[in-house]
This record gives sequence, structure tokens and C-alpha cells, in this order.
Amino acid sequence: MTKKTNGRVLLGHGGGGKMTGRLIRDVILPRLDRGALGPLPDSVVLNGLGSSIAYTTDSFVVSPLFFPGGNIGSLSVHGTCNDLACSGARPLFLSLGLILEEGLPLEQLDSIVASIAAAADDAGVQIVTGDTKVVPKGSADGIFINTSGIGKLETGVRLSPSRIGEGDEVLVSGPVGNHGMAVMLSRAEFSFDFDLKSDSASVWPLAARLLELGEGLKFLRDPTRGGIAATLNEIAASTGKGVRVIETSIPVDESVAAAAEILGIDPFQAANEGKIVAVVGKGLGSKALELLGDSPLARDAAVIGEITATNPSKVVMITRIGGSRIMAEPSGELLPRIC
Amino acid sequence: MIRNQEQQAAQALVREIKDLAGKHAKRVRFMEVCGTHTMAIHATGLKSLFPDNIGLVSGPGCPVCVTEKHFIDHAILLAKKYDATVVTFGDLVRVPGSTGSLASWRSEGGSVRVVYSPLDSIEVALSQAPRPAIFLGVGFETTIPTVAATLKTALARGVENLFVLPAFKTIHQPLKILAEQQDLDGFLLPGHVSAIIGSDCYRYLSEDFGKPGVIAGFEPLDILLAVRDLVRMTLEKSPAILNDYPRVVRPLGNPVARHIINEVFEPADASWRGLGIIPGSGLAFRESFAKFDAAARFPVDVPESKDDPRCLCAAILTGSKTPDRCGLFGKECTPEEPVGPCMVSSEGTCAAYYKYGAV
Repeated sequence: MTKKTNGRVLLGHGGGGKMTGRLIRDVILPRLDRGALGPLPDSVVLNGLGSSIAYTTDSFVVSPLFFPGGNIGSLSVHGTCNDLACSGARPLFLSLGLILEEGLPLEQLDSIVASIAAAADDAGVQIVTGDTKVVPKGSADGIFINTSGIGKLETGVRLSPSRIGEGDEVLVSGPVGNHGMAVMLSRAEFSFDFDLKSDSASVWPLAARLLELGEGLKFLRDPTRGGIAATLNEIAASTGKGVRVIETSIPVDESVAAAAEILGIDPFQAANEGKIVAVVGKGLGSKALELLGDSPLARDAAVIGEITATNPSKVVMITRIGGSRIMAEPSGELLPRIC
Repeated sequence: MIRNQEQQAAQALVREIKDLAGKHAKRVRFMEVCGTHTMAIHATGLKSLFPDNIGLVSGPGCPVCVTEKHFIDHAILLAKKYDATVVTFGDLVRVPGSTGSLASWRSEGGSVRVVYSPLDSIEVALSQAPRPAIFLGVGFETTIPTVAATLKTALARGVENLFVLPAFKTIHQPLKILAEQQDLDGFLLPGHVSAIIGSDCYRYLSEDFGKPGVIAGFEPLDILLAVRDLVRMTLEKSPAILNDYPRVVRPLGNPVARHIINEVFEPADASWRGLGIIPGSGLAFRESFAKFDAAARFPVDVPESKDDPRCLCAAILTGSKTPDRCGLFGKECTPEEPVGPCMVSSEGTCAAYYKYGAV
């Protein structure tokens, strides 16, 4: 890992792609894995506590702190709730760790905390423990937040890539790339004016609806860093099967498509913070869309592809003109500090 | 355009190309000169639609790809020695130099700022003053007018700490070298560059070298149309320069942009990765703008750099090899740990093959 990085951590190691994976595999897992950590789940089901408890943690370093559609506060609630939701657990309790940089205006802190409160109320979770530290100016960038979450598994069904089979259908709960593009565009270096908001939201209501499929629901994931390209590649890699998606079926808002084109960013690689990618059994795609129904969180939800025996471990996209190509796993420093 | 109309139009053009290709006795090879075309061809899956005897190879029109390793070394050494901030387009940040990239230098405390427009480098410079801000001047005729305009603005506003390390390239001289290659049957000519230099200036391709050239836009239909015209002209042995992108490209291009280039720069020799030094293929500062020249203002010894002999970037940039023929491709050389710039650049041929591989 250190060969071409001069033995230091690079921004690309935080991109959520292959570099992140390698850092974790090479530096962290060998020392820390005692069994539960190895599969690197977004959240883990805790054994030995008597009931089905899911546990997760996430840190937030987004820049800028405030962006259209949210801020680092609401994001820190949604991100952790969504990791729980995608393991089939109803989010219940959060911890809140704040690292504040000397000089952060109290007014900003107040509005971040207000967003945390509103997002938590909305998601039905309580902040039950916390910690606050302050570091000297220059040692952080305004505020960093860590949240850990506990949720209760609402299903006896195990959501796992190992249950995914050929012919299973892949769906996404709405237009992709909005969070990543909104954050990029709100950075100071851009002076573009787009009508574009982050999709930051708790997806538990969507997950709960899809859980009604019972055994028919195989897998859920919130496609954050690396976008749906990262999630679809994760599915392909962990199942050893192919994933075939149809470009014209993947919902992308016009404003996102326009901004993505100007910035040269693939909207399929841009982060989402209020979407889920679901894999459901063969023939169950339309039933799943029906269950998502009129939820405002599932606007433009669509079946975007299927699991195939061909092209094992690869994601293949049928393009809008009928060609086909690989959809690769995003790599490196695409969009640093997006969440 | 409505999506299924586009798909139908694309299918019709693909059929036409297949019909024409069927009349060709031999395999024909065209070069898409421009990296943006390379990306569009791969990203839209066009490669999977062409018949087997129509080959498209990528050319040297990816600014990052043709930039020598020496240039990255130069930028880092200069910035280290003079405690300068490097201002650059994002693509260059991960291009490997001899001892690391700008990204790895930044992780050691180096100051690197990514901008999306050269004009933004003025604000960066002002925010860093009096520390020197060195803009890495990489690009073709498309980018150069904006850099020239930036320097005129900097001059007018009295910005004293903005400099440019120039490695600009112009397209005609390498195109003439490539046109001599026997196994290239024609050129898909760049859309953005041609918007500046115009369509008339490519006549030497057909008149002196007997090879057709078609200027194309970047939508899949633009590219299909241009390939059809190339296949047709090759079949009819009637080479000409066609402008299939008239909604953007005029016969004489953009004289205002060319004028501003001429005000600030004059032709000079340039060193191209893969092609070596090509006389008259680069730009140097004119006397009146010489004060912006970072290379002259901040002298530094840059040791000779060596490319990994196994890296095929050079052959790939001249269309004589494709990335899948390189032993490093996808193994030792990936976008995370690139060996050559063709794997890093968002317009690089190797990156296109890696990200959007055909199936």
C-alpha cells in the first residue's frame, strides 16, 4: 500500500473506493479483527445481548459545513440511521461526538445542533450520550462529528449478498448523485448556479416498506461515497455474479446531469445520502416499487437492472445508445470530504 | 433529444457504418486525436457497436497524458525551493513524478490548490500573497486563451505573485507526424480545439497526406456521424476535411481567442511524452509577459527523469498500441496507483479502458 504513497495517508484513502479498502485491509484489520469486523459491514448485529441489536458508527467531515438541503448536523444523523436501516434495523439511539475547532462561530454551532435535533426527531431516534472536544485553530476544519447508532432488527430475514441469485432485480429508490453534486457545487471554488439540493434524509421509512417483501428482499445499501457505482460493484464483487444495469432506467435529475457534465463527474459515482439500492427476488421489482409507492422519499424509484450469470464480478451498463461497457468501481480522490 | 429518438438515430448510423464497412476489403484504423472523444467513445459504449474491421485508436490529445514526468518534478522542486503554492487542474494532482505526485507532496505538507478555471488562480494568488502561486500551464488551444486572458487580467490588476509554469501544446505539428503513419487511415478531429483554430487549417491532412479528417462533437451521434463520414471517404478514396460540428466550429475558428494567445505567447519547441521534442509545437512567453514565466523567475535544477520502461504510454499516445497490450495495465498500473499519466487523466486512454472497458 505504501509503495506509491510515500508511506503517508493520502486524501484518496478516504474516498470510499479501492484505496480506502486497501488501507483498511492492510493497516487496520490485521490488528483489530477478532471475527466480527472482518466482513466490514456498514453495521453489525450484536450477538449475546438477548435481542436483535444492530450497531454502527460513522464520522462526518463534509466541506462546506452548510450546503443546500442540509448541513453536517443533519447529515450526521441521517448517515448513521441509514447504515442501520440498510441492515434491516429501525434506528433508535444515537451517540454524538463533536470535535470543534477553536473559533467556530457559536451561531453556526447552534444551527448545526438545531439540525441534529430536527433530523433526529424526524427519524425517530434519540441522542442518548455524547462528548465534546475543542482543538486549537488549524487542527480541524470548523467541526467534525461522529455518531454511533443502535437499532432494532425488524426482520428475521438476513439481508446479505450471499442470498443474491441470478435473475434478482436491482432497484434504486430515486434520482442519484444529488448529495455529491450539491456539496461540490456549494464549495467556494465553484460559481455555478444550479437549482440542486442534497437528498440527505433518513431512509428507514423506505427500508421498512421493502422489508414487507420478507424473503424476497435480499440486500439493501445506502449508496453514499462512490455513489451507485460503488454499491453495484460491491454487489458484483461480493456475490461473484454479474450486475447488468440499463443507463436509461437509472433516474438522474436534470440539474444533476447538467452539473455533472460541466464538472466532469459521473453522477453514478456521486454520493447519495437519502437513497437506497435494493436487490429483490426475480419478478419482485414491480412489487417493490408498489410498496415504495407514493413515499416522497421514493420519487422516481426504478428497477435499474438485474443479477446475471454472465460477466461474473462485473457491473455492465447498457448505454443510452445501446452499447455496453463496464461500470467500474470509483477510485481515489474523486470527491474528498463529501460526507 | 428524446432518449429513444437518440437510440434509433444511433442504431441507424451504426447500420450505415456496418454496411459501408462491409465493402472495405481490409481493416481501417482511425485516430480520435482528442482525449474527450476517447472518453465519450468508451463511456457511451460506442466501441461495442463498431464492426470488427473498423478500428478507433486514441491519439495524443490528452493534455495531461503528453506532459512529461519531468514537468511534475519541476513543479514540485520549484515549489519546495521557493515555498510556492501550486495551482493546477485536478487531473495533474495524481500524475506520478520521479519521487511522487503532487498529491503525495501535498500529504507531506506541500501547498496544492485545485482550480476549475485558470481565472480562479488570481483569487488563489491574492489569498496567498506574497507567497508565489504557480499555475501549471498544461493544455491545448482550448485552454490556452483562458490562461492568456488570466495573465492579462493579472497584469491589469497588478497581481504580483501569480506565475505560470508553461507546458502548453499545439496540435498541428504532432498531427503531421502522425499523418505519416501508414496504418492510420484518417482522423476524428477535436471539437473544442477546432472551435478555436477553425476547420480550414487542417487541409494539409487531405492535401499533403491524402488522409481524411472529420471534426466531431462529443455526443454519441456526433461521433457516429463522423465515423460514418470517415469510413465513406476512405472507401471512396476521396479524402477531405469535413466539419461535422458546425454548431460550434467555424471555418476560421475563434479569431479573438487566437489573438489573445498571440498577444501573450509565441511558438516554441515542446517536449511531448511519447513523441519527444517537436519543433514549433509549444508556446513560450512573449517579452511583454515574460515576468509571469515561473521557469525563468524561479530557477531550479531538475534532474533528468526516467519513465518506467515497461509503461506503454508512449506507444498508446501515438496509436500504435492499445492499453490492453500493456503488461502493467490493470495490474501494477491502476487509477489508484498509476504508473503513467494515461491512467490518471480523466481523458487518458488507459483510464478510459479501465473505467469503461468493453464487454
